[in-house]
Amino acid sequence: MADRYRFTLGTRTWQFGCLAELLAKATPARSGDRLAGVIAGSAEERVVAQMRLAELPLREFLSEALIPYEEDEITRLILDTHDKKAFAPISHLTVGDFRNWLLSDHATPESLERLRSGLTPEMVAAVSKLMRNQDLILVAKKCHVITVFRNTIGLPGHLSTRLQPNHPTDDVSGIAASVLDGLLYGNGDAVIGINPATDNVSQAVRLIGLLDDVISKYEIPTQSCVLTHVTNTLEAIEQGAPVDLVFQSIGGTEATNSSFGFNLATLQEAREAALSLKRGTVGNNVMYFETGQGSSLSANAHHGLDQQTCEARAYAVARQFDPLLVNTVVGFIGPEYLFDGKEITRAGLEDHFCGKLLGVPMGCDICYTNHAEADQNDMDNLLTLLGVAGCNFIMGIPGSDDIMLNYQTTSFHDALYARRVLGLEPAPEFGEWLARTRIFEDVSRAEPGRELPELFRGPLKALTQGKGHE
Amino acid sequence: MSKRPSLVTENVWRVLRQFTDARIGQGRAGVSLPTGELLKFQLAHARARDAVHFPLDVDRLVRDLEGSAAALPTQSPLLLKSRAEDRLTYLQRPDLGRILSPDSEALLADNRGSNGDPFDAAIVIADGLSAIAIQNNAVPMINRLLSDLADRKKAWRLAPLSIVEQGRVAIGDQIGESLGARMVIIMIGERPGLSSPDSLGIYLTWGPEQGLSDARRNCISNVRPAGLSVEHASERLLYLMDEAARLGTSGVALKDRTGELVIGRAGDTGNFLTKS
Repeated sequence: MADRYRFTLGTRTWQFGCLAELLAKATPARSGDRLAGVIAGSAEERVVAQMRLAELPLREFLSEALIPYEEDEITRLILDTHDKKAFAPISHLTVGDFRNWLLSDHATPESLERLRSGLTPEMVAAVSKLMRNQDLILVAKKCHVITVFRNTIGLPGHLSTRLQPNHPTDDVSGIAASVLDGLLYGNGDAVIGINPATDNVSQAVRLIGLLDDVISKYEIPTQSCVLTHVTNTLEAIEQGAPVDLVFQSIGGTEATNSSFGFNLATLQEAREAALSLKRGTVGNNVMYFETGQGSSLSANAHHGLDQQTCEARAYAVARQFDPLLVNTVVGFIGPEYLFDGKEITRAGLEDHFCGKLLGVPMGCDICYTNHAEADQNDMDNLLTLLGVAGCNFIMGIPGSDDIMLNYQTTSFHDALYARRVLGLEPAPEFGEWLARTRIFEDVSRAEPGRELPELFRGPLKALTQGKGHE
Repeated sequence: MSKRPSLVTENVWRVLRQFTDARIGQGRAGVSLPTGELLKFQLAHARARDAVHFPLDVDRLVRDLEGSAAALPTQSPLLLKSRAEDRLTYLQRPDLGRILSPDSEALLADNRGSNGDPFDAAIVIADGLSAIAIQNNAVPMINRLLSDLADRKKAWRLAPLSIVEQGRVAIGDQIGESLGARMVIIMIGERPGLSSPDSLGIYLTWGPEQGLSDARRNCISNVRPAGLSVEHASERLLYLMDEAARLGTSGVALKDRTGELVIGRAGDTGNFLTKS
């Protein structure tokens, strides 16, 4: 057994103690794996680990659990739901040849969709470690994951945004101001989603009501979400709140999720509660999940795994509950997990690729904090790359500045930049609304109107009187 | 000659800034950020970056403390360092920022309160992620706290003040434990926001010892001239100190009820978008 993960290169033989160690050492360098003490000891050792990993049969991931089956309900979920029939077309491949297969013309949107239930997160994480950034982009672009609630998200040629109107004291007028700004910039088709500053049930009920009022009054083909703990949303539903989507931050190990205060049964209960409200008009994907590399290590719940493998396992949790939206919050966690723009970019592309390959409707919170070695240019680069890769949605906030969470993410303007340079459109139902209300002059050219649309003249009239407008 | 068309499309709804500090109604050049707005953002980010990377001027801080009116503990501040030797290490290895260097451990051992008569509280100042927050706000905060404490009937017995370089929040617990204090209060520079590079955070732990989790601490955040005033922060801190001493605990078991008035207006969702 001790010799299992051995690799001889010239006169030197390298030894990797177990599968988890092999995966960790094969991972492109990042600060979180260094902090966890699982990173390769040298650049050469990293490539040798990748060479050994390339020889590994994919089948081995079905017999070798990284976290024991008895200890972890996510391992049980992964192995119990694995579809052998779907796996059959690639069951003879090694990890290295799986990369070749994914890049080849055998891998079409149709064959990749049939393959999803035959893939485990570990297989997907493993192959990503052998891939360059362009490989991650090319393969992800072939994976179409389309979801529906009041509109259709993830169609090829489309890029949606979550309008994130956060306010440091949850002031309803402050939130409404950011909502209006976003709508007038054509943002908010993925969801209008608030991170509440005060996180309790009564505040969630209040904010859910606010968003429901806005969406109903202006007949916006989108959905709302207040990003509070899943158990708070369950209580809000019991109190009769008009909940569209249930939110939860999730991780890839049972212990991570325990530290977040939920388990798989909690998510199942919440999903059933949201489905019972029947608020979707086009379809019923009712869950919204956020993830991010480093969360398991941060919760001291990583079981010696590298942070990217933990992250991929979170997508197994996500796909079990047919979510509308899943996004990695890639640069939020700080430089001790992803140090600089280069590491954040790599992680964003990996997460998008792994999620899409597993059949998760993947978006990305392209972001950074002020203590990371990153800036707006790094965000521009990752935004452009993810736009090319076919990312389902990004965040949209006023001027990139989240005044509640104190970090920077993509702005309303950024979404229009990406739509213009890449020829992308918002969700079709939302695009029709932008055109019908004359918020946009030309949706396909990402061209906002020059005048304030009729729809919003009333609400602004009192505020702008005497200022020489309208 | 007719006027040239404007290159920037202004947004009439910019008036909504009366409701929020969010960067709404910025206008657009094409669909991009106008130059003026772009540069305002770059300035804010530059200030936040400088806040992270400027080192704490310890000599100046000591001079400012000693030159201030407050009744400091008689002894000069203890000058300590964590095991993170420089900023790059500090940013990537939070574990090292939570432990004192061996020299600092030895210095504290020499200043320990006697076992029979422990200090009521130890106050620690740490650079954290913003030395600017400390340089600007630590002295006014300490002055206010000490003058409020001096007004109390029962005198508080304070350990010598400590100043830590490259420190994280949890290092306060090790310092409090080493000094033999019943509780520790650490004032630390918070992660700078784009519009708040100078935010000071205050954490309190009852029964400090190495290795405690966040669940054992109470926090007061955003102390700065444009945020929570030192007067209000001191009021909340005194409440927490009294309650911690009364209950013999801190953290999740000690609810800060002084902040509950902030939210209010439960159930009210009326706003300009939905009222008209």
